Amino acid sequence: MAVQTAETAAPAATNPVLGPAFKDALIAGLIALGLFGPLIGFETIIIDGALGLAYRPSLLAIMVGIIFFGRLLLNLTIWSPNRKPSTHTGPTFFDRAGTRMGPGVKPALLAFAVLFPAIAVFSQGGLNESRYLIDLGILILTYVMLGWGLNIVVGLAGLLDLGYVAFYAVGAYTYALLATSAPINDFFAGLFGATFWANWAFWFCLPMAGIFAGVWGMILGFPVLRLRGDYLAIVTLAFGEIIRLVLINWVDFTNGGAGIASIPRATFFGIPFNAGPDGFAALFGLPFSPMHRIVFLYFVILALALLTAFVTVRLRRLPVGRAWEALREDEIACRSLGINTTTTKLSAFATGAMFGGFAGCFFAVRAGFVSPESFTFDVSAMILAIVVLGGMGSQIGVAVAAAVMMGGMEMLRNLGFLRQIFGNDFDPSLYRMLIFGFAMVAIMIWKPRGLVSTRDPTIFLKERKAVSGDLVKEGHG
Amino acid sequence: MSDTLTATAPVATARTDAPMLQVRGVKTFYGNIMALRGVDVNVYKGEIVTLIGSNGAGKSTLMMTIFGQPRPREGTITFEGRDITNVPTHEIAHLKIAQSPEGRRIFPRMSVFENLQMGAAVDGFAHFDADLEKVFVLFPRLKERINQRGGTLSGGEQQMLAIGRALMSRPRLLMLDEPSLGLAPLVVRQIFDAIRELNRTEGLTVFLVEQNAFHALKLAHRGYVLVNGAITLSGEGRELLERPEVRAAYLEGGAH
Repeated sequence: MAVQTAETAAPAATNPVLGPAFKDALIAGLIALGLFGPLIGFETIIIDGALGLAYRPSLLAIMVGIIFFGRLLLNLTIWSPNRKPSTHTGPTFFDRAGTRMGPGVKPALLAFAVLFPAIAVFSQGGLNESRYLIDLGILILTYVMLGWGLNIVVGLAGLLDLGYVAFYAVGAYTYALLATSAPINDFFAGLFGATFWANWAFWFCLPMAGIFAGVWGMILGFPVLRLRGDYLAIVTLAFGEIIRLVLINWVDFTNGGAGIASIPRATFFGIPFNAGPDGFAALFGLPFSPMHRIVFLYFVILALALLTAFVTVRLRRLPVGRAWEALREDEIACRSLGINTTTTKLSAFATGAMFGGFAGCFFAVRAGFVSPESFTFDVSAMILAIVVLGGMGSQIGVAVAAAVMMGGMEMLRNLGFLRQIFGNDFDPSLYRMLIFGFAMVAIMIWKPRGLVSTRDPTIFLKERKAVSGDLVKEGHG
Repeated sequence: MSDTLTATAPVATARTDAPMLQVRGVKTFYGNIMALRGVDVNVYKGEIVTLIGSNGAGKSTLMMTIFGQPRPREGTITFEGRDITNVPTHEIAHLKIAQSPEGRRIFPRMSVFENLQMGAAVDGFAHFDADLEKVFVLFPRLKERINQRGGTLSGGEQQMLAIGRALMSRPRLLMLDEPSLGLAPLVVRQIFDAIRELNRTEGLTVFLVEQNAFHALKLAHRGYVLVNGAITLSGEGRELLERPEVRAAYLEGGAH
């Protein structure tokens, strides 16, 4: 037996590699040439008012070259017949690194998030210059919060919600309508002074936005109680569109597609961020800068996001959170164990929607303007993509995914260096969504359960088998 | 029903108290198809009662009908004197009827510990630790697997988990739907031993739905035979085991 295996193994090691690999790459290159030829090789241009053709042989050559050499490289390395199949079934290097660094990741990320404005100011050399970075930070944190909110519905309770943006819209319009309402303004002006409502509207409306969105979550929840999976997804998708269309068409109430402008800005708990004598800068003895408000908004959204995470972690340890997870696993078993699936589902919808409402209220106060255009299906899809890419149910994964998605999208705006490769007439921003799509497909191939699938690898780890009961309670079993 | 053996079943005749679970003339439909054609079943306190029958006889339908999914179109179901025919499923569970459903239906992505916690949801967590210990004494394998996900357990372990989860609610009536399905004979014996043990030491009332007629009738005090949605035979477990009809239909592969 041993002799035989040695004999069969020996020729395998000297399998001809280069020849077949080259042939395969050549075929791929020819297919690419055929495909790309008409698509990239020709360009329609207008010459003296008539349509003419321009030829782009160099760009075509580059594209075909990428396919040919890429395929050749893959054939020689990863797809090589001589490559020993991986016999390693235990935790991979990354898993082990993750386990070791695991406890440190959360505090490190939190510290980074808290210190981020300072880091941005120092790295950019001034408060005003750091505006772009801090705005980006606010955008990312908004999506982190939305991701965490949707995670309650999709990741924990397993209810696929494609209309999450509806609750974001409800929150935003709650603030926009209440803050700009003349009767309310007059009412408070008579009691506490003319600027009272403008200064305090955000802090009054924030909880109301959450409550209204939560109520809308329940209103959506009732008709879909009996639905699951694909059917639920379609109904929630429709719900998101209904909210948007109502916002567009109910012109008397929402001002339709024109939106609501000049919404009162956020204040430092009643102290406005302006250059006046009662403003934030004057009261704290600082030179006035419009950036004070931006930095403050950053910390507001950070606090809201952390509140979302904190509440989720707490709820997960309570019976209701456990019931959400059990509901995701098996609804019939849940019912026969005495869990009221109706209230469990509604509470998941309402809780998730509430955080969407908070985020919406924040969105309105940051932008100072809301219109139905901000609440399209794209936003729902983006939030859902963040939850799925992050690894359903994983808090840290969702945060990382939001940073990668939103940060990555921004990064792709700055692809100027690609011009040096493809020539000056290459407009990289046109390829932004293409590259983004490739990246998402790559992540799903490489990590099908999301970037952080903590609930998975732990069960294979010998050292984690002796895990204590407290850890299991947190849902890391 | 002329074949009924109740007259010769001492357990049934000796009882003058009201049955714990009483199913009276239950008819259940799937659309227009009548799955149960007026079923009468009594389960008395402290008994192990088994319901045997072949595939498609309506065994699981009866089990699910008692639990309110689907609802019977005719007939009544009472538990400890209370009519539960139209009580919502999760409230039936609160009356301390526990079910280990067909196909086990454990929560695959939750750990063994979390699964057992879910079972205790009805009872509250006052006796949680003591009940957990009892389940571990009954099924020591579960203790070894405490932090493992339910879905990674073997079939037998999953069945143990399903029964353990049902026991965590401190049930007065335990309903088991085909606990032997797809399990190795040795594991089946372990599970049936555990059921017998529970009944003997704690007086737990058990209603067992089984296709494995031999084991079920040996274990049970009384049995019912369900054919095409109707009870055709009933009597003491060992007595039923001797009946030629039962032997022919369920124990000797249907061959005469």
